[in-house]
Amino acid sequence: MASLNEYLLVSGLLFAIGLAGVVLRRNIIIIFMCLELMLSAANLTLIAFSRFHTVNGLPDYNGQMMVFFVIAVAAAEVAVGLAIIVALYRARQSVQTDQLTALKG
Amino acid sequence: MNSAWILLFLPLVVAAANQLVLRKHSLVPYLSTASAAASLVISILLLGKEGNAGFDWASIGDFSLRIGIQLDGLSTGMMLVVTGIGTLVHVFSLAYMKDDEACSRYFTGLSLFMFSMTGIVLADNFIMTFIFWELVGVSSYLLIGHWYQKPSAGDAAKKAFLCNRVGDFGFMVGILLLWSLTGSLAFEDMREGMIRFQDANPALFTGLLSTAVLCIFCGAVGKSAQLPLHVWLPDAMEGPTPVSALIHAATMVAAGVYMLFRLQVSLGAELFEGLFASHVIAWIGATTSLAAALMATQQSDIKKILAYSTLSQLGYMVMAVGLVHGEAGMFHLFTHAWFKALLFLGSGAIIYACHHEQDIWKMGGLLKKMPITAITFLIGTAALIAVPFTSGFFSKELILHAAKESNMTLFIIAAAVAVLTPFYMTRLVVIALLGKSRSDHSDHAKEVGPLMWVPLALLAVLAVIAGWLSGIAPAQPAHAGEFHLNALFFISLGALLIGSSVAFILYRGKDRDPVCIALLRELFYVDRFYDNFLVPVFQNTVAAILHFFDELIINGLLVGGLSRGAASIGQVCRAIQSGKLQYYAFAVGLGVILVVYFTVFY
Repeated sequence: MASLNEYLLVSGLLFAIGLAGVVLRRNIIIIFMCLELMLSAANLTLIAFSRFHTVNGLPDYNGQMMVFFVIAVAAAEVAVGLAIIVALYRARQSVQTDQLTALKG
Repeated sequence: MNSAWILLFLPLVVAAANQLVLRKHSLVPYLSTASAAASLVISILLLGKEGNAGFDWASIGDFSLRIGIQLDGLSTGMMLVVTGIGTLVHVFSLAYMKDDEACSRYFTGLSLFMFSMTGIVLADNFIMTFIFWELVGVSSYLLIGHWYQKPSAGDAAKKAFLCNRVGDFGFMVGILLLWSLTGSLAFEDMREGMIRFQDANPALFTGLLSTAVLCIFCGAVGKSAQLPLHVWLPDAMEGPTPVSALIHAATMVAAGVYMLFRLQVSLGAELFEGLFASHVIAWIGATTSLAAALMATQQSDIKKILAYSTLSQLGYMVMAVGLVHGEAGMFHLFTHAWFKALLFLGSGAIIYACHHEQDIWKMGGLLKKMPITAITFLIGTAALIAVPFTSGFFSKELILHAAKESNMTLFIIAAAVAVLTPFYMTRLVVIALLGKSRSDHSDHAKEVGPLMWVPLALLAVLAVIAGWLSGIAPAQPAHAGEFHLNALFFISLGALLIGSSVAFILYRGKDRDPVCIALLRELFYVDRFYDNFLVPVFQNTVAAILHFFDELIINGLLVGGLSRGAASIGQVCRAIQSGKLQYYAFAVGLGVILVVYFTVFY
């Protein structure tokens, strides 16, 4: 069985890929997907800790409960986020962030 | 004393009522005239009274400003001149200004002037004199600028005010200096304080007294239009002619002489004997008198000629004060007031009859067309050029006598003026009154109405007899109204004959000025010098300094510096607000990493 460190490494990589995507990509849908990737990385960490932290010989299920919460909230967030993106596209005919600079000071 | 307070405040009440309540009511001129007449009656009743009354107007610590009335021979005599001429000028103005649209404003100004002038004359201390001194300046400004629609009138008003400001600055310094020497501002206590100071500091005394007197003399130079601040008086002729008669010939311009004489009397004339300041005063008076007489010989505006003549006579009076024969100067002031007011009102009547033509070369033959005015004008001229036994003769004789006793050079200057005065006055009379008319305006001139010629006639009587009225004059010289067949009499008679006969021969029957002296016509280039050199240089220097402070210090460093600081901070913050989503995300990520780094590794 893989060790905790290997899980955390994968999780860190996933988070880094997600962050890189959020920072570097211009398409807001891709950015949104990358955000989900970062959430997944966090979920993976939680699961891994849950698995390797045993209480009375059983895994600590608190971590897994947290993951379910995260997935549920993420689903709601996707619904709202996608709605915003659709509204944004209708208003601007674009989902490229470098064209969405109305807040420039 | 009560009547003296009424005398002081009646014109103010009338002016306030005119300005605040009656506004453009047709009653205004009559109300002002009535108040002037009432003032005259009170002045006559007050003749010979003596006394002092007053109240503290403002107190600061143990120092208090007093509004007080000083009644003595000097002030009551002067009041008679002010109110007497004032009343006649009011009556004259009723006719002269009846078609003027701003007639009420004019009469309100006259009432304000009467108030201010009364204040100067009755004041019992120097601060009160100064307050009313400024007030006459204001009313003079208002009345010179009465026809402010004319740019020249507005400019003349400003010029008069500014010239007076220059003098008044010195006046104020002088008052303060005198106060510090004597510890008192009241005329009554001044002598005592001065003698105490003399005993305490004998070494400093003459120098400081001289300085104080010279500073105070600055005020008189401004108000009485002596060199080098004389330039405003001829320009002040832009005002209505009755105003010129009242303010710029008889009363206000004489206030400088009055004030100097008041100072001399208060401090004691013997302190002024041989004082450096007295020499300066005498010389400035003499120079003004000569220069103004020379300028008068080349003018063609009837009022300008009279204005320069006034300057010249004021120079005489100032010279007399400088020679410590102030009573002779005051006596000349007294007689001069009547005949010069007469001449000005006469010229006003002529100007009125000639449809506001002031150029003497466009007049002529007026003696036949308006005999009463012309004859009264001739009487005034006779008094001015000192025809024997007219009022001007006696007073001028006294001044010449004073000059002859004190200083030969000054006497020669005074005698030269005595030649020039008949010259320019005869020139005026020959051109304007004799001969034949030179323009339609003077051709159609008619005698003026009784409202105008009655004041002229009364003034003419006074111009003749004032020399014998030394009893009611502001000051009683020792030999007033006396006549001696001495050398002085022949000198002045000779001067009169030479001056008038030369002018008569030179100008009789001429249509153009046969003499043209550019130097005199251009007024010794004094005005040009002021306009083209002094004023621009001072203005530019002051403007450059102000510009430096305003632009560099205030605008550049204080106001501009603050705003530029705020702007540059804004520029820095602005760069952060890029509006690009990724930058924000990157910043958040970087922030998280930093927080983690610092929490974990420190």
